[in-house]
Amino acid sequence: MTTAPIVELKDVAKRWNGQLGVEEISLDIPEGSFTALLGPSGCGKSTTLRLLAGLELPDEGKILIDGKDVTTSAASDRNLSMVFQSYALFPHLSVAENVVFGLKVRRVPKKERQEKLHRALEITGLLGYEDRKPGELSGGQRQRVALARAIVAGQRLCLMDEPLSNLDAKLRNSVRKDIKKLQRDLGITVIYVTHDQTEAMSMADTVVLMKDGHIQQVGTPDDLYSRPNNTFVAEFVGAPPMALLKSSILDGFGGDKTIGIRAENIQIVPKGEGRMRCTVNESEFLGAETLIGLDHEGTAGLCVLKPGLSMVAEGNEIDISFNDENLHVFDAAGQRLTG
Amino acid sequence: MSAHANLERRRQAIYGWLLLSPAAVLLTVFAFYPSIATLWSSLFSRNTRRNPTEFVGTENYADLFADPTFWLVVKNNLFYAGITIPVSIFIALSMALWANSKISARGFVRTAYFTPTVLPMIAAANLWLFFYTPGLGVLDQIGSVFGLPSVNWLGQPETALWAIIIVTIWKEAGFFMIFYLAALQTIPEDLKEAADIEGTSRWTYTRRIVLPLLMPTTLFIAVNAMINSVKLIDHLFILTKGGPSDASKLILYYIWEMAFAFFDAPHAAAITVLVIAVLGIVAAVQFLYLDRRTHYQ
Repeated sequence: MTTAPIVELKDVAKRWNGQLGVEEISLDIPEGSFTALLGPSGCGKSTTLRLLAGLELPDEGKILIDGKDVTTSAASDRNLSMVFQSYALFPHLSVAENVVFGLKVRRVPKKERQEKLHRALEITGLLGYEDRKPGELSGGQRQRVALARAIVAGQRLCLMDEPLSNLDAKLRNSVRKDIKKLQRDLGITVIYVTHDQTEAMSMADTVVLMKDGHIQQVGTPDDLYSRPNNTFVAEFVGAPPMALLKSSILDGFGGDKTIGIRAENIQIVPKGEGRMRCTVNESEFLGAETLIGLDHEGTAGLCVLKPGLSMVAEGNEIDISFNDENLHVFDAAGQRLTG
Repeated sequence: MSAHANLERRRQAIYGWLLLSPAAVLLTVFAFYPSIATLWSSLFSRNTRRNPTEFVGTENYADLFADPTFWLVVKNNLFYAGITIPVSIFIALSMALWANSKISARGFVRTAYFTPTVLPMIAAANLWLFFYTPGLGVLDQIGSVFGLPSVNWLGQPETALWAIIIVTIWKEAGFFMIFYLAALQTIPEDLKEAADIEGTSRWTYTRRIVLPLLMPTTLFIAVNAMINSVKLIDHLFILTKGGPSDASKLILYYIWEMAFAFFDAPHAAAITVLVIAVLGIVAAVQFLYLDRRTHYQ
């Protein structure tokens, strides 16, 4: 994209009592994109979002929104909306009052308010629920009220903090699609925090993977999956995650490197023709395929996929093979070496 | 229905009644029976050596309505309630909002506010006696620094009731603050954040979000404050004894005087019945009217 980024973070750091919050966060987020901040809990993704929203102030660095320095601006001066994990709906106000709360605060005329409310409820499929209190709605409906409240103001930037984590698995799937469609239709920029890689990989244009307050990799879902920057990314992304092998057990890679390989790139071959002989430690039937976990000295997380239902008894030995072009090579510190 | 299910239902019913009975017995002996006995005795004349008790119907009530002191006491008590209830609620809420915010020495502030509640009313009254005493009292000492004349706060009809009112507010506000503090803790932090992002001012947030969410607490406190405005008279015994010239006399004190100073039990009973009736009606209105406008979480 050639347009100037709508959000820029420059070397942002936030620490609590000298302890690590986030460090050296630098990000450019283009307008109209869908960016996911992904990582295990405690990695600083929510902190990054709250710094962006103005709910926390950074100790170092700069935050620019729309080219304007907002590092120390109040949350309301940043022209953004936010969906909270808990939805943060006002329990004593009806759906309609919740949605137009911000418009009322900004003294938007009543007629305009009604029009925007109608449109927001239409988009989120909440027409007819105007007078219900949040307590009278299901989890999915409450989530949609939170979405309606975020889009009603028409801000170009919307922050979402794990908006799906309180929904059950089936609903999560459909709301995921709804949010993605909403973002495209409205052409807004969404920054989305999640610990669920399926959400991040399926919705986002750009995924920002974080760990211990540092960004590990920024890239498209394909980048993260196919070209992981380091062994953490390799092991975090994908189900099953990438298997890591010590280079000493393979020929031609030296002794101090780490080799990564994905399950779909491993083939089972007849005995004697493989590059490694492994012991089966578990078989997991996934429906379309069966995941077979393998043990071998110097490996972690090694597994192979077989189509359909084909359980292999524990303790059996099988030979596996793979092509060198499918291998990911990391140096001793875990950083990617090959392109 | 099978015999088995019937038996089980009976067993549950007996179980329920057994659980209820201790409270029912206590309330009957100490609340319901005395109320009815009071109503009954308010309908009889006073027992003197020359005139034995006889049924007089509503004559005791008629006497009261003709008694100017009764109306003065009613007026005093309405004024007392009209000031103490809203002011102590307002102060309690303000203190709670402050003590709930992120200030340093928060624990100290909370304890300090709560201290008056821990003191017995008699002790509190003695403390305030020390403040109010003309010449020696703290108020006069401070006043004299600025060259103000000595004021007998408790000794003149214009100020006596006000002096009583201030002690009551001082005593009650800290107690009510604790309820507000507890209620404030149940309001999730992210409501404030959501409001912040919308650009809500502190005042709008308090008025549109916090106060409505505190309504159940306010209702509870209002009912309690109303009951206290009739019930809480211990400090009168220490500070003014209802004087001067009945300027600070409240209904319950008047009842006590009637019954145990003038030994006029029937008239005391008649006032008591009136008080119970009024309190009952006001509490019912408060609950029925405000309940509908209150959001319970």
